[in-house]
Amino acid sequence: MTTHEQGQAKRSGADWLLFVVGFVLFSALGFWGTPALLYAEKPQPFQFSHKVHMEQVSEGCKSCHSFREDGSFTGIPSTDKCKECHSDSPQGNTPQEKTFVEEYLNKGKPVDWQVYSKQPACVFFSHAAHAENAGLECKKCHGDHGDSEKLRTYQQNRLTGYSRDIWGWSILGMGDPPKRMKMDNCADCHRANGVRDACFVCHK
Amino acid sequence: MSLANRYSAGEHRFGMVIDIDKCTGCGGCTVACMSENNVGVLYDETDKIRSITWMRVYQVDNGKPFPETQVAFFPRPCLHCEGSHGHHTPCVSVCPATATDYDPQTGIVSQIPTRCIGCRYCVGACPYHARYFNWFDTPWPAGLERPLNPAVAPRMRGVVEKCTFCYHRYQRAKNKAFLGGGKVEEMDYQTACTEACPSGAITFGDLKNPNHKVAQLAQSPECFRLLERLGTNNKVYYRTTREWVRRLADNYLKDEKPGQVAAS
Repeated sequence: MTTHEQGQAKRSGADWLLFVVGFVLFSALGFWGTPALLYAEKPQPFQFSHKVHMEQVSEGCKSCHSFREDGSFTGIPSTDKCKECHSDSPQGNTPQEKTFVEEYLNKGKPVDWQVYSKQPACVFFSHAAHAENAGLECKKCHGDHGDSEKLRTYQQNRLTGYSRDIWGWSILGMGDPPKRMKMDNCADCHRANGVRDACFVCHK
Repeated sequence: MSLANRYSAGEHRFGMVIDIDKCTGCGGCTVACMSENNVGVLYDETDKIRSITWMRVYQVDNGKPFPETQVAFFPRPCLHCEGSHGHHTPCVSVCPATATDYDPQTGIVSQIPTRCIGCRYCVGACPYHARYFNWFDTPWPAGLERPLNPAVAPRMRGVVEKCTFCYHRYQRAKNKAFLGGGKVEEMDYQTACTEACPSGAITFGDLKNPNHKVAQLAQSPECFRLLERLGTNNKVYYRTTREWVRRLADNYLKDEKPGQVAAS
């Protein structure tokens, strides 16, 4: 009997149990431990309800996230934009609005939001091309963020400094946008719709 | 050959006409370019082999003693070569990482620093020294990261960079066109060097659009391209009426006359 065969013969139920326990333990560590190590949670300055605001405005997302005349996108609105509706005393009675009015609006201070979908510096993204020219809905990439009542947790990759939304919330990198905003996701959609996917289309 | 037929099919062929007789060599284009494209100042800028100037002004003279000495300047951006059969840009053909490509739509040679592996084949392949390797990380002094242009990504040590004809300005112009529903007009897309030139020596536009000034100027027999006989079929035209300047733009034999030698 060779050493190899001896090893096989000796494998008992306890060996298998140990293997399964080890496998489960380390998988769990990988799935839950790695993200905890890799991503740092950063708080938003205060809570914000998209839903409440969507009920007040007439033009949907565009009411606040608008284009400038030169075709550039304003992104997250400035405090001045908020001033168009908010006055220097709170309209509702939430503590969040009180914080906003007292700390930011009255002081003319910009809100230092953590931006979930902020892309790396080498990426050029045109909202005009997607939302205006191609007529895509905001939801296509941003999901139902516009209907959310609370801002979800913002996580930042400790190594790259990028938002976790870029890699996606699934540690295996699976799932559709908005769970993932990698180059492959952009390229897949470009190819599927016959849009050019040369480097300079999206890189700068 | 007519101007438009020199280049392969494609909507645009962005190019330049640089009037050497107007250029005073002030270097305004170089400074504007560095500022626009986040090209920093290195510890030792006297080391011209390692310094980075996407738009570089070369000085030439007629080699005669005073008082017959004459000086001329060749501002040199990336010339955005197409090659003689539409797809033989010297740098693009040697890049093993596909970090640079020739855009068949605009005729612009791209450069993607994040994809570059720093092998520097393209630097060797470029006949015009238009490509630069980052030997160092740019030492941005504290506070100087604030006036960086957000439309252009800063590069890191170990990658190659070059002039992109301010491609981000084209993207910006397209954004405006998307919103207005119109087209990118001639003046919507102009490079930083063109805008900065105080003597108006640089004209930029679409060589395929007969309404653009650049397309009209480039037709002139006084216009020529650098090292035209290499067949790089580039898109930066120079203009001069001085015979000796023109002779310096290519390797002419003594009995050859510039302008009468056919480009390959």
